[in-house]
Amino acid sequence: MTGRIEKIFANAKAAGRGTLGVFVTAGDPNAATTPALLDALVGAGVDLIELGMPFSDPMADGPAIQAASLRALKGGMTLAGTLQIAADFRKRHPDTPLILMGYYNPIYIYGNDRFIADAVTAGVDGLIIVDLPPEEDTELCLPAKKAGLKFIRLVTPTSDETRLPAILEEASGFVYYVSVLGITGTKSAAGDSISAAYQQIRSQTDLPIVAGFGIRTSAQAAEAATLTDGAVVGSAVVDIIATNLSDTPQNGINNDIVQKVATFVCELTNAICK
Amino acid sequence: MSTASLNTYHNQPDESGRFGIHGGRFVAETLMPLILNVESAYKSACADKDFAAELAYYQKHYIGRPSPLYFADRLTSYFGGAKLYLKRDELNHTGAHKINNVIGQALLAKRMGKTKIIAETGAGQHGVATATACALFDMKCEVFMGAEDVERQRPNVERMRLLGAKIHPVTAGTGTLKDAMNEALRYWVTNAETHFYIIGTVAGPHPYPQMVRDFQSVIGTEAREQIIKAEGRLPDKIVACIGGGSNAMGLFYPFLDDKDVEIYGVEAAGKGIPSGLHAASLTGGQPGILHGNRTYLLQNDDGQITDAHSISAGLDYPGIGPEHSWLHDTGRVNYVSATDDEALVAFQLCARQEGIIPALEPSHALAYVSTMIGDMSADQIVILNMCGRGDKDLGAVLPMLDKLGRL
Ligand SMILES: Cc1ncc(COP(=O)(O)O)c(C=O)c1O
Repeated sequence: MTGRIEKIFANAKAAGRGTLGVFVTAGDPNAATTPALLDALVGAGVDLIELGMPFSDPMADGPAIQAASLRALKGGMTLAGTLQIAADFRKRHPDTPLILMGYYNPIYIYGNDRFIADAVTAGVDGLIIVDLPPEEDTELCLPAKKAGLKFIRLVTPTSDETRLPAILEEASGFVYYVSVLGITGTKSAAGDSISAAYQQIRSQTDLPIVAGFGIRTSAQAAEAATLTDGAVVGSAVVDIIATNLSDTPQNGINNDIVQKVATFVCELTNAICK
Repeated sequence: MSTASLNTYHNQPDESGRFGIHGGRFVAETLMPLILNVESAYKSACADKDFAAELAYYQKHYIGRPSPLYFADRLTSYFGGAKLYLKRDELNHTGAHKINNVIGQALLAKRMGKTKIIAETGAGQHGVATATACALFDMKCEVFMGAEDVERQRPNVERMRLLGAKIHPVTAGTGTLKDAMNEALRYWVTNAETHFYIIGTVAGPHPYPQMVRDFQSVIGTEAREQIIKAEGRLPDKIVACIGGGSNAMGLFYPFLDDKDVEIYGVEAAGKGIPSGLHAASLTGGQPGILHGNRTYLLQNDDGQITDAHSISAGLDYPGIGPEHSWLHDTGRVNYVSATDDEALVAFQLCARQEGIIPALEPSHALAYVSTMIGDMSADQIVILNMCGRGDKDLGAVLPMLDKLGRL
């Protein structure tokens, strides 16, 4: 059986284009808006969705995603709530890959086995756990893979040739190239450095390789998706949420945010499909 | 011999940086190559006699080691129980134990060819020590400090500036030590290729907990020799306060295999454990993953880290070094706590009885000592780690004592 992740990369390749992934945090700006936002992302043509599991201390994230996490937690979002959003999403959208992205502690407290089982049942395709490097694979990566989840690795500008084999050994689904040295949402990557990194990683794996961190505009997304197999946009979308919070109803959908995000993401997909 | 080595507490961490289930390397991939680098550089430094000699030189001539082990005669009579000795690490250059570790790591950074240093600080003692070492070794120094701590530890902020360090006040979260450490890690991720991160306590990813413990163990090694010289035997109890746990690990480590020595780590109970407003991660937390290691943490049912509370900025941390978590699990060390109010009483008592103004951090240890030493017999011995002096705390303490009518 070919998985959803393999399919979207194969389809995009057949169409001669790269993929677009978008990151949003579960529960940001509130629990009611997230499902509507996810629907809007699918409607705007994104290939895959990274759903952030909010954490109080996101070590690798810049101010935008830190604030998104805190908004979500303040609104009462939990890991159980995030898994529920994922399960409901899967019922509405059978084909769009959904990846959970976050930090290890909430999962560890939820219980690794229970988390893996619930993520599989929810129809989650893969995990990106920022603070679980290959050195800590036995706890979550290996059992998650055994249960059928992809474990997506981050490759960074500090991952040199000697480090890459360790990172790629258990990598699955695709490889996420962090195109800037640093945290999310601060600076933008230069095209030639992405290209060089792509070649280096490509020489060691057949998995699709996407670039993320620091991709903010449709021009950058289009460039990154040409130089690699896809682009991921996070902070730029989260920034739209952050600047349009004012009319968020207590328990309802902030339609203004949904619409503005949809418009922005349409620009991204148009740029990539051109 | 073989049973003895099976029963030693000196065999941690393992190759992967574990102390039992605690410790490890839970960091973003960006940091992994750096941490592996630090680990191999530290291993090679440990095998190098010149490194040891250089460290010994600075310990003696710059820090002022060995620090005295002082018999606190008046406090001993006041409590009317066992003899109390103070390990005087507050007499170190810069006024706390933090410099023991900083000189070690700065020498390592120098050996690795790094000239830019990052540090996090709570009370500001680690920041001051790092700024000091950077001045000494001509390195660029950037210190991350919670905005709230910048306010309550003003004198240390001024000292760091004077020493040439750049301060980054951190407003994220509660603006205390945990947030300063997050921000320092983020900055390190962003400047990974050029900077060395000097972590101030026995926490963080492997090899930091081990390395900081090793550099601080000079405290316990000296104290063990000094008490044998003074009393002809080992102490009955040794006591230290715990923020991240570096002064405590430093005192405890050389005594861990002396099974007749009872060991006490004193966490900050803030406004009392039942109030929820405390910093006692062992007493009130459960194992989780933060700042690169698994350890006991203050957190909610969803694995979100909760805020610590303590009158003492240096103890205001929701975690604890992983080796303490292991020593807690094995039962080798007893972890207890003292409240803000109890620490204030001890602070004043020490000043009036011994003419030593202690930092608020070791005042917690003294507060605990005051609850048990009176019940011990006159031929017993207690050693307390006087790990810092209290000048930095006057701004916070004096108004409180004044309000209580205790001045
Ligand atoms: C004097 C003093 N004692 C103790 C601490 C707490 O740190 P640790 O538990 O690592 O010794 C600090 C931290 O700033 C300090 O300044």
